[in-house]
Amino acid sequence: MRYMMLIHHDDAAMAAADQKQLWADYAAFNEALNKAEGASGGERLEPAKEGTIVRANDVLDGPYADTKEQFAGYFFVEAADLDEAVAWAKRCPSSRFGSIEIRPVHVPKGNWK
Amino acid sequence: MSDADEAARAAERVARDSYGRLVAFLAARTRDVAGAEDALSEAFAAALRLWPTDGIPDNPDAWLLTVARRRQTDAVRRRQTRNAGEGHLKLIADEIEKAAATPETIPDRRLALMFACAHPAIERGMRAPLILQTILGMTAEDISAAFLIPPATMGQRLVRAKARIKDAGIPFAVPEPEDLAERLEAVLDAIYAAYTKGWSEVGEEGVPEFAGEAIWLGRLLVSLLPAEPEAKGMLALMLYAESRRPARRDASGAYVPLEQQDTSLWDDSQIRFAEALLHEANKAGPSGRYQLEAAIQSAHTARRLANQANWPTIVALYDHLLARTHSPVVVLNRAVALAETEGAGAALRSLAPLADDKRMQSYQPYWAALGHLSAGAGDKQRAIEALTVAIGLTTDPAVRTYLHGRIDALRDG
Repeated sequence: MRYMMLIHHDDAAMAAADQKQLWADYAAFNEALNKAEGASGGERLEPAKEGTIVRANDVLDGPYADTKEQFAGYFFVEAADLDEAVAWAKRCPSSRFGSIEIRPVHVPKGNWK
Repeated sequence: MSDADEAARAAERVARDSYGRLVAFLAARTRDVAGAEDALSEAFAAALRLWPTDGIPDNPDAWLLTVARRRQTDAVRRRQTRNAGEGHLKLIADEIEKAAATPETIPDRRLALMFACAHPAIERGMRAPLILQTILGMTAEDISAAFLIPPATMGQRLVRAKARIKDAGIPFAVPEPEDLAERLEAVLDAIYAAYTKGWSEVGEEGVPEFAGEAIWLGRLLVSLLPAEPEAKGMLALMLYAESRRPARRDASGAYVPLEQQDTSLWDDSQIRFAEALLHEANKAGPSGRYQLEAAIQSAHTARRLANQANWPTIVALYDHLLARTHSPVVVLNRAVALAETEGAGAALRSLAPLADDKRMQSYQPYWAALGHLSAGAGDKQRAIEALTVAIGLTTDPAVRTYLHGRIDALRDG
C-alpha cells in the first residue's frame, strides 16, 4: 500500500535541537528512503507563516491552523501494511520534534463504467 | 529497586499468574476468551491496585474468583432482565461459581491457551500480543507501545483474534505428539517475538518490562513442557541476551557493540542458568533453531574466560542454522562472524546474495553490517554510504549516535 506521510513540526522544539546532528540525521533518513522500493522523498515546505489561505472569496495570510505543530512537509512510502508505515514514521527525524500523520493513498476502484 | 517496589512487583507477578491461570481455565471451558477476560477484568484491576499495598492474599485464585463472582452475578441479573438469551454469560457465571467452590483444584490450562493463541489460523503477528494479553493480562495499550501500533488498532486486532478463536473452533488443547514440534514452534516464536520487542527498552518509567515478562513466559513454558528441548533452548537464548543488558550501554548511555562490551558487567547468574538449560536441552538429541542460537550465544560467552569469543565454533553453528532456516538474517550474522575468522573481504563476498533481497533494503542491521565490514575491508566510501543508510533506519538514539561516531572516525582516519 502507498502511504503519504504528512509531517507536522513544532518549530520551537526543532530550533532548539542540535542543528548539525538534525540535518545529518535527515540526510541519512533520505538516503534510507532512496534505497527503499516505492518510497519517494517528499518536499520540505517553508514555515506556515509564509503560507496563504484561500477560502471561497477570502484570501488570508497563514498559518492555516493556530496550533503548536504546523504542516511542514511530506514524503511517500510503499508499505505492506500500517505497521511498516509506522516503522518509517518512527525513523523520520521529524517524529522527534512533532508528529507524522500516516494517510493511505486512495486507490480508485475503477468500476464506474 | 527499593523493598516496597520489590514487594509491589511480587504482588503484581502473583496477580498476573493467578489471572492467566483463571482466564485459561474459564476460556478452555467456555471457548470464550473475551468473555473470560471480561468476567475477571474488574477483579484483576482490583488485585493490581490492592495487593501491592495490602499484601498478597493467602489464596490469590479464591480472592479473584470471589470478586469476579460478585460482579458476574450482577451482570447476569442485569442482562437477563433485558435479554434472556445471554447464554454464554450465564455459562461463564456458572463456571466461576463452580471454580470458586474449590479454588485449590483449578487445573492449569495455560499451555492449552498458549497453543490456541499461537494456532496457525491466527495471524502470525498477533500471536505474541494475544499471549501477552490473555496469559499476563496486559492491556492493548501496553502491548501497542512495544509493537509500535496505534492502541485502537491493536485493540481491534486483539478483539478480532479472540473472535476467531471462538468462531473458527480453535481447540484449547496441547497438540498430539506428531503435531507438537511444529505447533510448539509457533508458541516459541510468539514468546521470543515478545522478548525482542523488549530488547531495546531501557527501563523508562511506566513502560512495562516486556523482556522480563517474556522470560517469565519462557520459564512457565519450560515448567509446563519439561521434556521439550526447544523450549529450554529458547529460554536459554533469552537469558544469554538478558545477561548482557547491563553492558549494552556505557555510563553516559552510549551504545556499546557486543565485541566491545565489558564482560565483567555480564550477569553471571543468568549465564549459568542459560548454560545449564542448554546443556539439558542438548542431551535430548537433535538440535532445533533455538538450541543452535543459544549455542552461538554460549560461544560468545567464552570471551569472559578466554578474552576472545570462540569464532570458528560460531561460524560452524551459523552454517548449521543457515542449512535449517535459509534466513537472510542468519546470512548476515554469519558474515559478521566470518569476518573474524576469514577476514572482512570473505565476509562481504558472503553477503553478495543479499544485495538483491528487497527485505534488506529497509533492514537496519544489514546496512550496519555492510558498513562495518566495508570499513574492515578498507573501502571507506562504501562504508560511509552504508552506515549513513543505517542511521536513516535507526530509531534508537544511542545506536544513532554510535553510528555517527563511526562515520566521523572514518572521515578523520
